[in-house]
Amino acid sequence: MDDKIELDIVTPVKLLLSTVVDMVVVPGGEGDFGVLAGHAPMIANVRPGTLDIYTADKITDQVFVEGGIAEITAERCTVLAEMAVLIKDIDPVMVDQRLEKAEAAQAADPDHVDGKDTDELIAARAMKAALKAA
Amino acid sequence: MANLKDLRLRITSVKSTRKITSAMKMVAASKLRRAQASAEQGRPYAERMQRMVSELVSNLPDIESAPKLLSGDGKDDVHMIVAVTADRGLCGGFNGSIIREARNMIIDLKGHGKTVKLLCVGRKGRDGLNRDYSDAIVDTLEGLTKTGVEFSSARDIAHDLIERFEAGEFDVCTIIFNRFKSAISQEMMVQQLIPFPVPDDAGDDAETDNQGAMYLMEPSEEEILEDLLPRNLSVQMFRALLESNASEHGARMTAMDNATRNAGDMLDDLTMTYNRTRQAVITSELIEIISGAEAL
Repeated sequence: MDDKIELDIVTPVKLLLSTVVDMVVVPGGEGDFGVLAGHAPMIANVRPGTLDIYTADKITDQVFVEGGIAEITAERCTVLAEMAVLIKDIDPVMVDQRLEKAEAAQAADPDHVDGKDTDELIAARAMKAALKAA
Repeated sequence: MANLKDLRLRITSVKSTRKITSAMKMVAASKLRRAQASAEQGRPYAERMQRMVSELVSNLPDIESAPKLLSGDGKDDVHMIVAVTADRGLCGGFNGSIIREARNMIIDLKGHGKTVKLLCVGRKGRDGLNRDYSDAIVDTLEGLTKTGVEFSSARDIAHDLIERFEAGEFDVCTIIFNRFKSAISQEMMVQQLIPFPVPDDAGDDAETDNQGAMYLMEPSEEEILEDLLPRNLSVQMFRALLESNASEHGARMTAMDNATRNAGDMLDDLTMTYNRTRQAVITSELIEIISGAEAL
């Protein structure tokens, strides 16, 4: 257990994942960061993106997380996300629909300032990108 | 004594009432199972979120500089009460207790010279409070629990509340909802949402289970709090909706179980009276025939 870290991914709907892993790479608000056992205690916000789970130097699982925060202690990494889903469970049709809807909503918003996308659009784009990369 | 025909009609009507109540009981029982499962699955998130916020808040050096959702806007004049009830009745004291508590709170607050605003979640709450406090109701939300509770609806309520708070529409926000204890009992909870109540024992807790764990913050503590507090509000709202939904089905199941049992008791009594009356009628007819025959 010395070099392993517990990972919990929790959403309001359920506990998505609770497992022991070698390393996890979290899409932090200010850039990705890797977490190994013995990490200094930290709280960081999480941007919509892919969270990679490493076991034996290989990515074993990928989870798309959205709107969350991560709490890290030496032996545990807890990710609280408003939405989290395994990349392999994402429905590509749903992503496209969501992206279209978000783009339409932004285009229809008269108060919209160019260059500043809505949260929904950012999340939808990140989801699409995550799907493409996987 | 009632005549036979009336009794027969009465018996049929009680029988069909019993059928309805027992069907409602079955429906509530199956919905309860689902609602209870989702309420229990939602707990880990809410608990961890609560713990994280408490930790952050207890480590906060200066409460005055904190975001307004935490420290309040320094006033205490306008209270917003969020009353979470069901859309439908026939669930015992479930809606009644919430409405009564809201009423008491309003009377108490008004007695102290405060202004009260109401946000009703669920139609029954609005129906109950509309008569006396229709001018205080700012909004009513219905149909949230029709197809299970969605997180997005809780988030929408939370965002709406934050907007109103930032627009200065109210200073303090409290939520009243039923917490699910078991299928037969609920507990009414009154919880302050805005400003976020700073836990009194936060300092002690941090010492015991979290020795010296000073967290690194990325980005800054203020920014995290700024992000976390609205999130926490959504989560607390979501939890309230889940708990209330599970309680509603539990309460309805109990109420309908009682109603079914009462209908059964009533049927027994009515059948007994019916048979007695029938026998009395037969006896009196016999006496008439016999005395008629004797007279010949």
